[in-house]
Amino acid sequence: MKLTVWTYEGPPHVGAMRVVTGMKGVHYVLHAPQGDTYADLLFTMIERRDHRPPVTYTTFQARDLGGDTANIVTTAITDAYERFKPDTLIVGASCTAELIQDNPGGLAERLDLPVPVVSLELPAYQRKENWGAAETFYQMVRTLTLHRAPERGETFERQRDGASRPTVNLLGPTALGFRHRDDVTEVTRLLDRMGVDVSVVAPWESSPHDLVRIPDADANVVMYPETADTVARWLERTFDQPYTKVVPIGIGATRDFVNEVAELLDIDPEPGLSAIQSNMPWWSKSIDSTYLTAKRVFVFGDASHAVAAARVAAEEMGFEVVGLGTYQREFARDIRKAAKVHGVEPLISDDHLEVEEAIEAAAPELVLGTQMERHIAKRLGVFCAVISAPVHVQDFPARYSPQMGPEGANVLFDTWVHPLVMGLEEHLLGLFQDDFEFTDGVGPSHLHTGTVSHAGTAQEGQATGEDTLRTPDVPEPVVARASGDIEWLDAAEKELKRIPFFVRGKARRNTEKYALEQGVDAISVDVLYEAKAHYGNR
Amino acid sequence: MSTPLPMAEAGACDAPVLKERGQHEVFCGLTGILWLHRKMQDAFFLIVGSRTCAHLMQSAAGVMIFAQPRFGTAVIEEKDLAGMADMNEELDRVVGRLLARRPELKTVFLVGSCPSEVIKLDLNRASERLTGIHGPDVRFAHYSGSGIETTFTQGEDACLNSLVPSLPKKDGDTPDLLVVGTLAEVVEQQMLRIFDQIGLGPVRFLPGKSSRELPPVGEGTRILMAQPWVDETVRSLQSRGAELIPAPFPYGAEGTEAWIRAAARRWGIDDATVDEAVEGPRARAHTAMARHREALEGKSVFLFPDSQGELPMARFLSRELGMRLVEVGTPHLDRAHMQAELELLGPDVRLAEGQDVDKQLDRCRAERPDLTVCGMGLANPLEAEGLRTKWSIELVFTPVQGFEQAGDLAELFNRPLDRQRRLRFS
Repeated sequence: MKLTVWTYEGPPHVGAMRVVTGMKGVHYVLHAPQGDTYADLLFTMIERRDHRPPVTYTTFQARDLGGDTANIVTTAITDAYERFKPDTLIVGASCTAELIQDNPGGLAERLDLPVPVVSLELPAYQRKENWGAAETFYQMVRTLTLHRAPERGETFERQRDGASRPTVNLLGPTALGFRHRDDVTEVTRLLDRMGVDVSVVAPWESSPHDLVRIPDADANVVMYPETADTVARWLERTFDQPYTKVVPIGIGATRDFVNEVAELLDIDPEPGLSAIQSNMPWWSKSIDSTYLTAKRVFVFGDASHAVAAARVAAEEMGFEVVGLGTYQREFARDIRKAAKVHGVEPLISDDHLEVEEAIEAAAPELVLGTQMERHIAKRLGVFCAVISAPVHVQDFPARYSPQMGPEGANVLFDTWVHPLVMGLEEHLLGLFQDDFEFTDGVGPSHLHTGTVSHAGTAQEGQATGEDTLRTPDVPEPVVARASGDIEWLDAAEKELKRIPFFVRGKARRNTEKYALEQGVDAISVDVLYEAKAHYGNR
Repeated sequence: MSTPLPMAEAGACDAPVLKERGQHEVFCGLTGILWLHRKMQDAFFLIVGSRTCAHLMQSAAGVMIFAQPRFGTAVIEEKDLAGMADMNEELDRVVGRLLARRPELKTVFLVGSCPSEVIKLDLNRASERLTGIHGPDVRFAHYSGSGIETTFTQGEDACLNSLVPSLPKKDGDTPDLLVVGTLAEVVEQQMLRIFDQIGLGPVRFLPGKSSRELPPVGEGTRILMAQPWVDETVRSLQSRGAELIPAPFPYGAEGTEAWIRAAARRWGIDDATVDEAVEGPRARAHTAMARHREALEGKSVFLFPDSQGELPMARFLSRELGMRLVEVGTPHLDRAHMQAELELLGPDVRLAEGQDVDKQLDRCRAERPDLTVCGMGLANPLEAEGLRTKWSIELVFTPVQGFEQAGDLAELFNRPLDRQRRLRFS
């Protein structure tokens, strides 16, 4: 058993729902109790979908358990088929139904429906949402294309249908994804400039008929390895269809992506490379951005967004990556590899308390994370931008805001820089500490919220009567706050408070580290400034 | 004002009820924790369940109440089910870790879920065992909020019911009033002021702020139900000697007045005293409701089953706001406790108990009501079909009881229509 307060991922059947809800002509009969219908609101409220997810729940009750729950499943499948007439039916069980082992797949098979039936086995006590999405997508593609697989030793003949340009499929976008809708548009545009046509986008807005056509494209673009890696590997093995490994988030990665696609398709990368027109590089080189230099950032999210964000942070924003992690154990290897490049310890954890501890210890100035890290950052009085699922209604902006491709790079620049205190403002805060209208507690002046920082969270703590919140501005005890036996003398503690809050954590950490190294056990004002001189602005 | 309430000429007591058994589109009882954990500030709600339970709580909370909440899930894992770990030991370990982090907790509710019920994990024994380890500083109680046994608000009923055996025995048999069902503090204070004014007391609330200072119960305890879903709790209190005062629920001016009068009558307080106390608040309520009545009068409304608050809500909508009831769904109809409400509803109201959501949607689409009250999973899809909706969970999460909230309650129903009038997309 594991004590969980907030989770990064839902159960695997929610992943299956993300696949089927993104599609057309599919219906999912889920053997599940009534409470599991909450999952509908993820799609209708968070993503603002105008249709119910194509899911029928059996909603069995305790009184059914002694009797015939299998019969309830059979009725639900029959009724759902009659009502929705899907082209493909998916059946499966949620965590509770998994325990009673009614075998919905077998029951569906016995009904001999005139459409393909995909039976899902998603072990709810071992696996999670992203795995469930990947497995569902794989099972569907497999079921719908296996009849086209070449015999051993034979080559697969692609149906070109007179297409003159090379074609690719875009694999991975689902319902409830982080900016999937806009990423599809952006990547499609970029490929078009390269002279490449998109054959099938899936699962997003595809039908079972579209899935049948997947093997006909020349290659697959894996947009989101979380959901498409499994199926892409199978397609490569079965239909000799190569796939991309680079996720085109950021200018550098987008260039790498163009080169990779060109190589897979044996075409000239130049038109694609020259199509990468983005303001981002110049915005980043512009002198107003110098204040971004070596800002400490902590990156956490799903593996592909986190790896991409860390690269953009380091190579395109000039930040210092001080932490990198993911909640997806399945992709731990990718994070470890990237962490090595950035010289940080990889964090592989789906326990948000552990993530919070790591963020606090790293004392970043900016957190690039999920909605969970947004809350953690708020509590720690650090700025945050969201780069990855799990999603929130705010992650579905009305405007076009992809993460991928040239426009995606613009979006990253704006959304990451926006929460930060502007360069000159930063200096002014440092200069005039005691201005009653211009205190560091009010947050950046260009953000109307005014309570980005600790002031807001402290109030929140009082109002809710929740745990004492650890915020930088809460008066701290004079003695032995640091690790080991280091003590902050009163005057030094006061001096520390004069440092703007967004660098205070860093200053505290550096000073303590310096004191420890120097064998000093009481931090005076002098020690504080000696540490400052030693570390500079790092 | 001593005359009994003007009943509908014939009530809905004998109205046929459409009983449906199909897909239910409702929350399970775990969601009650969302308000119970804010009410009882020294208690922690530990769901023994799956990742789905944890995800539900997170999603239903909508905006995550991100300061560490006083609820969490002990997520059952494969190794627990495969017998590689002793589930009781695991639970003890999780509770130990929790209490080490939060030593201020006074009560821990072990909350059963669908999976824990299916595998028949004995939370009664667990709670006794844990009391042995951590008692008497921390008390353990247990109830099931599973979706195979409870619907949405029934979770609160199960929780309060689990507390009844711990209620101290009342000294003597002098009457006191016990108001059962979570109310917002502002509402409690308003009710207390009126009861005080008419000389009715002492008044206690279940649940209160503390999970340890529980109200006494016994001969002389008289109960008013504040919420329509505390059926089992009331029955258990009755078996401990308490007496239920039958009354409509305190929604709207009419419901609130009837609710207060029912108690006053039982106390033998004369009508003039009550008249004096309710006159002002009632007039204010009518003023506050008037402009919403203007907008809602004659409009049709369809209520999907959600909280069990649908009948009293429908009574309020039809009698005080003049709306036309198309269908009133309820997840569960407890006739004994709904008697007063049924008497007030007209005879031609279509009541539906249980649910077959696809069929109910068919009926709703066919009727095209001016307003549909439904859960969040259905609201946007119906809006997209051109229907105006009020998502029902807001009715549970907002203080709506009492005179001073009658206008707010009316406004909740008027807001979608108001919005429709304001928006000009052709």
